[in-house]
Amino acid sequence: MASMRDIKRRKGSIQSTQQITKAMKLVSTVKLQRAKQRAEQSKAYFNCMYETVTSVLAKTGNLNHPYLNGGDSAKKAVIVITSNRGLAGGYNSNIVKLVTQQSGFKKEDLRIYAVGKKGKDALNRYGYEIVEEDSDIIEEPLYVDAMALSSRVLEAYTRGEVGEIYIAYTAFKNTVVHEPTLLKLLPVEPEKKEEKAQEKESKALMSFEPNDDEALELIIPKYVTSLIYGGLIEAVASENGARMQAMDSATSNAEEMIDHLSLMYNRARQGSITQELTEIIAGANAIS
Amino acid sequence: MAENDNRFTLKVITPDRVFYEEQVTMVEFNTIEGEVGIYKEHIPMTMIIAPGILTITQENETKEAALHAGFAEVLQDKVTILAEIIEWPVEIDLKRAEESKERAENRIKEHAPGTDMKRAELSLKRAVARINAINYQ
Repeated sequence: MASMRDIKRRKGSIQSTQQITKAMKLVSTVKLQRAKQRAEQSKAYFNCMYETVTSVLAKTGNLNHPYLNGGDSAKKAVIVITSNRGLAGGYNSNIVKLVTQQSGFKKEDLRIYAVGKKGKDALNRYGYEIVEEDSDIIEEPLYVDAMALSSRVLEAYTRGEVGEIYIAYTAFKNTVVHEPTLLKLLPVEPEKKEEKAQEKESKALMSFEPNDDEALELIIPKYVTSLIYGGLIEAVASENGARMQAMDSATSNAEEMIDHLSLMYNRARQGSITQELTEIIAGANAIS
Repeated sequence: MAENDNRFTLKVITPDRVFYEEQVTMVEFNTIEGEVGIYKEHIPMTMIIAPGILTITQENETKEAALHAGFAEVLQDKVTILAEIIEWPVEIDLKRAEESKERAENRIKEHAPGTDMKRAELSLKRAVARINAINYQ
């Protein structure tokens, strides 16, 4: 049986770990609240953007724009959004798994635009091609950051370096459910277009200024930017949600261990008292 | 005609917030095809916004804001502006706007090789829009 001192030391160390996880949980709870609020506030913009773009596409029908047809290149650009810090449960590894295993992409075809150090490091280790890293922007995602990133990706797309653009991020369903999601940004998916076309038939009177082609040319980059921004914001909310959950279970695990150790400690203490008593009684008996 | 009949809903949304949502009688802004003013019952249309001033007219007051980028969806009884960047005059730093105007003008004047003229022009337009929005008040 471990000595009393050992048990006491162990308990102390677990207690201080528990204090840290508790504090981290509180911090991420506050951050989550803020991130959630931001995500909700910006939702109106994305819904509107999505509706407008789909109605544009529904109206314009069979356009021959490169944004809709995809490039010739087999390469795929993937924007991978993870966090800079760990201790968020499976948050980062789920995204990495999504890209490396579930997506079905070939390693050689991918060009990674990493946002978040953890994802970049993991994908780098697996030998993926990291084109650039913008890990700073995940700390405080601003719309201008998303604009800059989307213009760089779109440039590669128009230059023909990549044929498709994806974004891998963790969708924030609610505080406890976060789903790793792989979304195709470009080319805009044709089947989605058709299905929306029927839905929006009544709205098809919409006209465009300057004209359909040019409007599309200008709207699509904004659409991509807004999806990237939405991805960033949801990812931040998910990250804090995931960390909150991870820290919550760490705290309760620590609690459990402390209970167990307290029991062992008390037992050991009682054992040593009993032993001492037995020794004293035995000693007294020997004298008399 | 009842007074309320010529009003429509104007909604200005930015990525971060709902900037403005109220009943208005007229809205004016700048598009890449020139300035437009929109009343109720306008034909449905989508327009791309160029840097300029957004003027909102209600029954007895007008409001201005500097609108820099985005696009507008016009329906008969509703106008939605998806603005990437928009500011109320009180939010604008006049000194900064003037500085950036000067910077952009210099860049255009010098026309040094490697200068992104389109970007310089755009930033000049933005600065001018900001300054105008303040001076309107």
